[in-house]
Amino acid sequence: MKLLTLNFLTCAVKACKSSSASFPLHPKECELVSDTIAPNPKLIYNILPRVDWNALVVTASELGFPSLPPAAPTQEELEKDENMMSELHTLLLETSVSEGMLVCGNCGHEYRVKEGIANFLLPNHLV
Amino acid sequence: MSRPEDTLPPDLHYNDTEARKYTTSSRIQNIQASMTNRALELLALSCPSVILDVGCGSGLSGEILSSIDPSEGGPHVWVGMDISASMLDVALQRDVEGDLMLADIGQGVPFRAGSFDAAISISAIQWLCNAESSEVSSAGRLSRFFNGLYASLKRGGRAVCQFYPKNEQQRTMISGAAIKAGFGAGILEDDPGTKNSKLYLVLTVGGSADEGTGG
Ligand SMILES: [Zn+2]
Repeated sequence: MKLLTLNFLTCAVKACKSSSASFPLHPKECELVSDTIAPNPKLIYNILPRVDWNALVVTASELGFPSLPPAAPTQEELEKDENMMSELHTLLLETSVSEGMLVCGNCGHEYRVKEGIANFLLPNHLV
Repeated sequence: MSRPEDTLPPDLHYNDTEARKYTTSSRIQNIQASMTNRALELLALSCPSVILDVGCGSGLSGEILSSIDPSEGGPHVWVGMDISASMLDVALQRDVEGDLMLADIGQGVPFRAGSFDAAISISAIQWLCNAESSEVSSAGRLSRFFNGLYASLKRGGRAVCQFYPKNEQQRTMISGAAIKAGFGAGILEDDPGTKNSKLYLVLTVGGSADEGTGG
């Protein structure tokens, strides 16, 4: 699962919908893989306003990446800074969680990730 | 020919054998590709987008989303949800580019508000109607799905769901649930009255601040 997707994903448990602690999910004992994906600057510009930057900072630090700037870059900044653009592309689109757990900070539910596939099936009483 | 929806729930119907059969049948692949292309045409995306594929199966639609040429507004990034582990296994073996999740759309759509530009669904949402049990009603499953889908799309976003309702009642129940969730909804029928007839539920999220740029 790409870090971009992780930045959109919340806990699926009904009781967690109203809790801000249910996002982002926290990686636990995760293995990462890196894929090569062709640069797609238009995609980055399109999604940048929708990336929750604070959550991305948290995720990156929990996965042991060098710390990100405290605020999201603007499109103008990215257009000028090829390096920053390529780092963001690598982080959001090329870096994936392949194995491990994603843990909700509110209810503690652990979503298992196997071969990159996150298991979000819940027992009926949690839905 | 019996409808698979009438026999088993999708996670049991699409076991390893069925999943491989489904994915390697060139007839199914062609139909699936043409429905995906039709859905994309109805989404009218003008720039590379993040798309939710509801009931992504083995990733046949996703492969098309990943391969849209830049001159046609692609390529897109996608996240697929499916309840069949066997189908997702086939997707893994085919090395698709999108992210895959094992999830039951009748339990909801677990993404924060406004995540996706668009959603696509090919031959999946009629399954929501057949999971009646003492614990879960199909009305509850439809409402959790459409409410979650509505929230997960950005303002001005669109979803196109090709589906096979069993009868008029099911068709009304599905579109009614979408409207109740807040969508603007219309049903488009291609080749009406023929055996190739295809229904597309076209859903829009109103209140667009950026409709002009996102398409
Ligand atoms: Zn939770």
